Amino acid sequence: MAEQLKMTGIKKIFPGVVALDDVDFRLLPGEIHALMGENGAGKSTLIKVLTGVYDIDGGEIELAGERVRFTGPLQAQQAGISTVYQEVNLCPNLSVAENIFIGREPRKFGRIQWSETRKRAQASLARLDLDIDVTAQLDSYSLAIQQMVAIARATDVGTTKVLILDEPTSSLDASEVEQLFTIMRRLKADGVAILFVSHFLDQVYEIADRMTVLRNGRLIGEYRTDELPQMQLVSKMIGKELEALEQIEEHAKDTTAVERGTPIVEARELGRDGAIAPFSLTIHAGEVVGLAGLLGSGRTELARLLFGADRPDRGELLIDGKPHTVKAPRDAMAEGIAFSSENRRTEGIIGELTVRENMILAMQAARGWTRPIPRRKQDELVEQYIKALQIRPADPERLVRDLSGGNQQKVLLARWLITEPRLLIIDEPTRGIDVGAKAEIQRLVAQLADGGMAVLFVSAELEEVLRLSHKIEVLRDRRLVEELENGADVDADRIMQTIASGATT
Amino acid sequence: MTSMLRHRLFWPAAVLVVLLASNLVFSNNFFTITLQDGHLYGSLIDILRRSAPLVLVALGMTLVIATGGIDLSVGSVMAISGALACLLIGDLSNPDAVGPVLLVVGAAIALCLVFGLWNGFLVAVLGIQPIIATLILMVAGRGVAQLITDGQILNVHSAPYRVIGAGYFLAVPVSFLIAAAAVGLTVALTRRTALGLLLESVGGSPTASRLAGIRSRRITIMVYVFAAAFAGVAGLIYSSDVSSADSNAAGNLIELNAILAVVLGGTALTGGRFSIAGSVLGAVIITTLDITAVSVGVPVETTLLFKAVVVIILCLAQSATFRAKVFGRFGTKRAEVPA
Amino acid sequence: MIDVSTPPATGPQAQKRGGRRVYRPNTKHIPVLATLALLVVMYSIGVYNYESFGDTQVFLNIFVDNAFLLVVAVGMTFVILTGGIDLSVGAVIALTTTVAATLLAAGWPAGVVLPLVLLIGTVMGLGMGAVIHFFKVEPFIATLAGMFLARGLALLIDRNSIPITNDFWTQMAQKRFRFDDGVFISLNVVIAAIVVLIAAIVLAWTRFGRNVYAIGGNADSALLMGLPVGRTRIAVYTLSGFCASLGGVLYSFYTSSGYSLHGQGLELDAIAAVVIGGVLLTGGSGYVLGTVLGVMVLGLIQTIITFQGDLNSWWTRIVVGVLLFAFIVLQRLVTRKAK
Repeated sequence: MAEQLKMTGIKKIFPGVVALDDVDFRLLPGEIHALMGENGAGKSTLIKVLTGVYDIDGGEIELAGERVRFTGPLQAQQAGISTVYQEVNLCPNLSVAENIFIGREPRKFGRIQWSETRKRAQASLARLDLDIDVTAQLDSYSLAIQQMVAIARATDVGTTKVLILDEPTSSLDASEVEQLFTIMRRLKADGVAILFVSHFLDQVYEIADRMTVLRNGRLIGEYRTDELPQMQLVSKMIGKELEALEQIEEHAKDTTAVERGTPIVEARELGRDGAIAPFSLTIHAGEVVGLAGLLGSGRTELARLLFGADRPDRGELLIDGKPHTVKAPRDAMAEGIAFSSENRRTEGIIGELTVRENMILAMQAARGWTRPIPRRKQDELVEQYIKALQIRPADPERLVRDLSGGNQQKVLLARWLITEPRLLIIDEPTRGIDVGAKAEIQRLVAQLADGGMAVLFVSAELEEVLRLSHKIEVLRDRRLVEELENGADVDADRIMQTIASGATT
Repeated sequence: MTSMLRHRLFWPAAVLVVLLASNLVFSNNFFTITLQDGHLYGSLIDILRRSAPLVLVALGMTLVIATGGIDLSVGSVMAISGALACLLIGDLSNPDAVGPVLLVVGAAIALCLVFGLWNGFLVAVLGIQPIIATLILMVAGRGVAQLITDGQILNVHSAPYRVIGAGYFLAVPVSFLIAAAAVGLTVALTRRTALGLLLESVGGSPTASRLAGIRSRRITIMVYVFAAAFAGVAGLIYSSDVSSADSNAAGNLIELNAILAVVLGGTALTGGRFSIAGSVLGAVIITTLDITAVSVGVPVETTLLFKAVVVIILCLAQSATFRAKVFGRFGTKRAEVPA
Repeated sequence: MIDVSTPPATGPQAQKRGGRRVYRPNTKHIPVLATLALLVVMYSIGVYNYESFGDTQVFLNIFVDNAFLLVVAVGMTFVILTGGIDLSVGAVIALTTTVAATLLAAGWPAGVVLPLVLLIGTVMGLGMGAVIHFFKVEPFIATLAGMFLARGLALLIDRNSIPITNDFWTQMAQKRFRFDDGVFISLNVVIAAIVVLIAAIVLAWTRFGRNVYAIGGNADSALLMGLPVGRTRIAVYTLSGFCASLGGVLYSFYTSSGYSLHGQGLELDAIAAVVIGGVLLTGGSGYVLGTVLGVMVLGLIQTIITFQGDLNSWWTRIVVGVLLFAFIVLQRLVTRKAK
């Protein structure tokens, strides 16, 4: 069958980084094709090249047999390539109907026909089994609905030849995912070539016909889904470094090692409306407490309450057994609590400051602006942590935004370790970083706990939580549903059960 | 790091040199400095003296812009400060006594601090966009200044007051000394303490700063108070220099000139990294422009044209996109790593 | 790395779809309604307190005296809806009136001068829009340069006020549309009304208009949705430039003169009118009707102050400042509630 889309020898260079190096990629009409790879493999870049956001530095793109080169998203769209991005890329201030049709509203004599627009929007959403008020402003709906609206927009174009779905399922629940798959199958039957990106392997195996694997900006291969077992796929995605992860597998989850005296932090029916239902939780010195749950289950919200990043509405927080009001991060910091956010780029590092400045920031903030840390002390601390965490490049005066994700994460960790916290809360520290750095960070967490620090470890990856935690708190639908002592009888299936079914007793 | 800083200040410095050199073409004794009656005289001294108000305002503006804000109200604050000072001096029984004049100066600056608090409150506590928040005082402030002076130009005759803007100390203009002291104070405050780092951090990412435990609200309020205080002093210098309070003329367009000075100096309007030296340089460039116009013999108003051209050239020179389009694709482009 | 966090099947949630919308009143209308209420209250106070305030002509004069401002504010509305700002409008008015007056004095026919001056403003707007879009220069700085450029050019052409005696201009200036009971409106009002009408239609019913809102809502999204962001943005500044020069023409009708200092601070009035009219300064929300109401509020303040007699003009600024504050806080509350 002739390719709907054929990309050959694609090259994309950013200053200092070769994002795509001689990558071939093809899409057949009427297939669902998964683009696989770890973060940093070049998936986003490839998609942006395909949608005309980036221009290529080498290679060719053929669409339906014709050579094309896009100068912007508009050209790509007009050529029949529609995209739904991971974050909802719509205009929150416009109505649902407008968001579906803006740029191609039905018009008569140049005048937009609003009633027709509304009618068509309704129809287009009805195909997704969605019945909502299309005149309402988009941001009055939940993220999942907004995602569906984005898909409605992308698929409504009759001329769609290629549909790109870039992690569309990350904010959808299971039934919504099923709905999306139904739509995808329908479009596939219509002959649309669908490029699908998802981090959920089960979803990929359920829906994709073929897959292309990228790693470090290079093409690893193109495979039929039914001919590539999951384990092989994983090893292709992450390369031979698989063993690096397994090394710490053996780290003892020795619950007896933790002295359970007065907990450093104890939450009693602590909660915040709309964020997390009241929960109770204790964290002791030397203990790693894992938070498990799906995206949006309340993991981050719980962590933020303990740090004072958000204010609780109810319940109380005891630190060293004494009730405490934590109104702001500063208050928590004063009690030796540190929090490294999951949004590294927006809530963590400050890109235009140097590695050194980023590292000493929390300590400096605690001291106040009138008491600067002497430069010699800064240099000592920074050097020490660059070495300990193996941050590369080992240049304290480099701007943090020029570092890779993994090294940025380490800088962020160093920022908090410098404050010598008693409780370290880390939210998704291993997301979007390469495997090597991931293993290093996991090892570090284990070491810190051995040294007596309490760690609250939040991660989307159950394996990681299982591997590191003494105690696992399972969350579901913004509620803490179960606490599990980690032991031989606890495995991913056990946690999955809880997540899937809610409270077990 | 230092080479980058040098690079950043290279263009503004080059502009200043060209400006000064072009003056030489039109007046041979441009660089001559003479001592008359124990006062230094000369075009260069004149530039230093006349830059003082703009340098002061630009200093405050630099700090505000570093936090990602902007302060449009500085001109109005200048007008109010001058108006209040002149009104109070007019009421003094003996306007030539130093003590009462100092009190008046103190009162004027105190009032400006209140205005700074107000701006800071709107921005940091109510969370209003800085450009909008300070627009309020920019509009209302001149009205308040006119209210103080009752719409008149208030003339004052007070020897001590006149020293601020037109006096000399050890042959050096007092206004220049005040500005220099303010620069010294700002540098010490931002680079000797951790304030500079915290400011850049707040400007770089407010959310990340809060989570790092920085009291960004307090810092934000502080910079607006600074900006207002410096503007107040600038207002005093201006009104002292002309021995009157003119609510319309005082600080007219100075907010724009100050922002221009900051941008010329290489501080980005989006906040973060700032350069005090750059802003001072920018302020001197703008003043030199005005003086150059006079010495070249064109109407003073046409400096606006100069400014427009300079802004356009410098903005384009600083615009990464422009450099990329003109000077090739990768040479000067900022690192842009895919998400 | 095997992904085990597949979302669980959740039966009941499927039915919640559609019912998940959070109820809230149409917050977009609140600021406009507030402005309308304010207008009614102000007008009632005027009628109650001052004799003959209720005359229809007094009301119509608000438009007669502010037609030019209305036209400028309409252009500004487009710019602000995209989240930008145009500081050059006052200077463009000065340039327009100066060029028109100079050329007319030199004997050029009105039929040539009129399109020419409109073209000048439009081209300036186009230039600023192009700089903003292509070189990613901030609107604030780019239009600041435009402001300096336009004002500087005007001053270069003529520093004095030039009377306009051209027949066509005088006719236009004196043209009155009288109604049965003797009240009238000027041609300026009719032109302004047409501009408002066209603007309202464009914003509500055309793709260009909707793109303006989309860009103000989220420019990055708009780009990814394939909307012509660059073209729209340039068009918006071009439009504002056109409106400013048209405003300049109306102003020259109104004052029968050209002067390089016309329209000083007018950009602030226009911005204030737009904000008081309920347009969100961050872009994406607001109506032309709101801007009309905003201009009416400004006009009504002037009228009341004139009727009061013992109040001075600076009260206008103070009241406008207070209103700005009130509306900005209102906007803030409304958007915060929406989050």
